[in-house]
Amino acid sequence: MTIQTPNGFKLDSAGRRVVVDPVTRIEGHLRLEVNLDDRNVIRNAVSTGTMWRGIELILKDRDPRDAWAFVQRICGVCTGTHALTSVRAVEDALAIKIPENANSIRNIMQLALQVHDHLVHFYHLHALDWVDVVSALSADPKETSVLAQSISSWPLASAGYFRDLQQRLKSFVSSGQLGPFKNGYWGHPAYKLPPEANLLAVAHYLEALDFQKDIVKIHAVFGGKNPHPNWLVGGVPCAINLDGTGAVGAINMERLNLVSSIIDRCIEFTEKVYIPDLMAIASFYKDWLHGGGLSSRSVLSYGDIPEQANDYSAKNLLLPQGAIIDGKLAEVHAVDVRNPQEIQEFVTHSWYKYPDETKGLHPWEGVTEANFVMGPNFKGAKTKIESLDEGGKYSYLKAPRWKGHAMEVGPLARWIIGYAQNKPEFKEPVEATLKALDVPVTALFSTLGRTAARGLECQWAARKMKYFFDKLVANLKSGDLATANTGKWDPSSWPSDVKGVGFTEAPRGALGHWIHITQGRLANYQCIVPTTWNGSPRDPDGNIGAFEASLLDTPLADPHKPLEILRTIHSFDPCLACSTHVMSPDGETTRVTVR
Amino acid sequence: MRTGADDFGEPTAHTLILGIGNILWADEGFGVRVVEEIHRRFSLPAGVSVMDGGTQGLYLVQYVKAVRRLLVFDAIDYGAEPGTLRVVRDGEVPTFMGCRKLSLHQTGFQDVLAAASLLGGGPESAALVGVQAERLDDWGGSLTETVRGRIEPAIGLGLEILREWGVEAIPRQAADGEGLLLGHDIDLAGYERRPILAERR
Repeated sequence: MTIQTPNGFKLDSAGRRVVVDPVTRIEGHLRLEVNLDDRNVIRNAVSTGTMWRGIELILKDRDPRDAWAFVQRICGVCTGTHALTSVRAVEDALAIKIPENANSIRNIMQLALQVHDHLVHFYHLHALDWVDVVSALSADPKETSVLAQSISSWPLASAGYFRDLQQRLKSFVSSGQLGPFKNGYWGHPAYKLPPEANLLAVAHYLEALDFQKDIVKIHAVFGGKNPHPNWLVGGVPCAINLDGTGAVGAINMERLNLVSSIIDRCIEFTEKVYIPDLMAIASFYKDWLHGGGLSSRSVLSYGDIPEQANDYSAKNLLLPQGAIIDGKLAEVHAVDVRNPQEIQEFVTHSWYKYPDETKGLHPWEGVTEANFVMGPNFKGAKTKIESLDEGGKYSYLKAPRWKGHAMEVGPLARWIIGYAQNKPEFKEPVEATLKALDVPVTALFSTLGRTAARGLECQWAARKMKYFFDKLVANLKSGDLATANTGKWDPSSWPSDVKGVGFTEAPRGALGHWIHITQGRLANYQCIVPTTWNGSPRDPDGNIGAFEASLLDTPLADPHKPLEILRTIHSFDPCLACSTHVMSPDGETTRVTVR
Repeated sequence: MRTGADDFGEPTAHTLILGIGNILWADEGFGVRVVEEIHRRFSLPAGVSVMDGGTQGLYLVQYVKAVRRLLVFDAIDYGAEPGTLRVVRDGEVPTFMGCRKLSLHQTGFQDVLAAASLLGGGPESAALVGVQAERLDDWGGSLTETVRGRIEPAIGLGLEILREWGVEAIPRQAADGEGLLLGHDIDLAGYERRPILAERR
C-alpha cells in the first residue's frame, strides 16, 4: 500500500525489509530499516536512534558556568561547538556582553572546528563510500602522478611518492591489520573511480590524517589544552600580552604567529588537496544524484559566526540564518529560536512521554521522560529488535519541527539558504562548482551536493579564519586587550528566574541549547542537536525526517552490501552520541553490520 | 604534562597513560576516572604524560603515533563477570579493543592504533588494562560500586607495567599546586555531588 506523506513523499512498506545497524563510523548508534521493491529500490525508510538522550537530567541543579564542561562530553566530535553553544545560552540568560576579542577568538575556534571536522569527515568518514582502497593497490603510480598534477599544484605528486605509498599500503593490508579500512565493500559495483584516483585519494587520506593534528593546535593555543579545551562564560579563558615571551602565561605574538601559519596551511590544504579531490571524485559520480530527500524542499539554518560581538541577529551572522519550505527558494523565512510556535519537538513516534502527544513542545518547556514501548507491528523482543513498527514509537530521537515542517540542517542547508539569499560568497562558489562539473542546479539537491557543500564550506571557513585573525590582531594592536567580561561572574548578581538560548551552526548543522536558571542553578537544559533534526522520526502528521526522505527511490546494487545507504547517510555526517545514549549492548539486531 | 602536549598542542611525551571512555555513561567512564586518580595521586617523570582521551577516537592518533609506550585504561566487554580486570599486551591490544563494543569509541580506538601504524608511527610497547563493565544504560550516572572498586587494583596493575618500562610514579605531596585533570565540576567527586534543591533554599 502506498502512503503519501504530507511533506510530499511516497512510502510503500510492502517489500522486503532490510536492517542496517549501526551506520556511523564514529560515536553513536543509528539504525535504519528500509523496504525494497522487487528491483531493490528503497520505497520506505525508517531512521532510529537506538540510544537515550538525557543531558537535561545530568545538568539539573548544576552551576550554569560549568555546563559547557559537561556538554563538551556529550560527543567526541563536536566538543567545542557544544561548549560554545552552552556559554552563549548562559550569556543570553544573564545578559552578559563579551568583548570583541572574545568574539573573534570564538569565531576562529568555531571555524577551526568546521575546517577540522569537514576535512576529517571527507577523508576519514566518508571518502571510503566513494573510494575503493583495495583497487588502489593495482594503480599505476606514474599515471597517478599524472592525474595528481593535472588537478592540483600540490607538491606531493611524484610517481615515486605514490609508489612508496602504495608499497606501504600493500604491506599494511597484507599484514592483515586493515584497521580503518576493514569492513569496506571493496570491489562493490557502485565504486566508479579508476585505480589511480583511488590511490590518489588514499594518499590524501593519510596526508589529511597527519595534517588534522595541526588544526587543533589552534584550540590548544586559545583553549589552553587539547583534547577538551577550556571555555568561559563571559569571553575566552586566555589573556593576551603581545609583548610577552615564552610558551606559558598570556598569549603573545609568537603564539599568534603559530595560529596564523596554521590558518594559512588550512587554506592551502583545502584549496590544493580537498577541493581538487572532491571535484575529481565527483566527476566520476555525476550520474549518481540520489539522496536529495528534504534538501530540495525544507532546509533550516540558525546562522553563526557573528561579525560584531553580542549580536545574533541574521544580518550580523556570516553563516546564513533562515528557513526555506516547500522548495520555495525565492522566499527565505526569518527564524526565531525563542518563538514557542516555531521550533517544537514531538514525541508521537519517539520513546518519550508527553501529557498530550498530539502537540509539540518548545525546548524551554521541554520534558524528557522515557517511554520505551513498541507499535503493534513490531517484531522481536525489546532487547532484541528484529524490525520496528514505524506506526508506533520507534526512536529515542524526538521529532523537531520548524512551524510544523521537518527540516534538513547542515552544510547543504546553509549553502542553499546563502544561495537563495543571493549572497555572492555562497552563490558564486556553488555556481562555479556546478559549471565545472557540468551539472544542473538540481544536482545540488543530492548526496553529492551535500558532500560538495561541505567542501565549499571548509574553504569558506578557512578563509574566514584568516579574516577574524586579522581582525583580532588589528584590535589588539589598537590597544584593546580585553578577552573576558567577568562583571556578572558572581551568581548573587543574577536574576532569580531567567531563561536563555544559545545557538551555533555545528559542522553537521543547527545546534541549540535552551536553558532555565533559577536561584543560580540550572532548572532545565534542553539541547536540539543537528542529528536530531536530520535523523528525526515521523511526527503526528506523518511527515518523515531528512534521513528517511534521503533514502527513498535509491536503487541498491546488492541489498547485502548497502553501500548506497551508507553513502547517503554518511553525507549528513551524523553523530548520534550527541542525540542519544547506548540503550543496551544486546538491544540491537544486526542484519547488516557496517561501520 | 597533563595533556601530553606542549602549549602549542604538539605531542612531546615518550610514554602516554591514556584513559578513554565517556564519563556520562556510567561504567563507560572507567578509563578516564582511573587516569584522573593517577594524576591526582602521582607525579610522573618528564616525558610521561597522563591524558583524558574522552571519546576523541581518531583525533587521538597524533598522541598515539608519537609515543614509544602506551598504557590504556578502558571499559571493555570481554563477556566476563562484571568488574573483572584484564591486562593485555602489545599485539593483543587491538584485538581486545575490537571486542564486542560498548560504545563505538572502541572501534575508533582500534582504528587509532592501525592509523598510527599506517602513518609510520605507533608505540613499540602497548598495554591495556580493561574492566568488564556492569552498567552502561545509566545515562548521567556514575561508575557502579563494582567497577569503582576496580580503580585501585587497576592503578596497581598500571604502575607495575610502568615500572617494567622503567617509569616510576612518585606519590604527590599534598597541595603541590597541580590542578585536577578534569576541571569545572566534572572530576569524579564533583560529578557525583548532585546539587539538590534543598541546598539552595
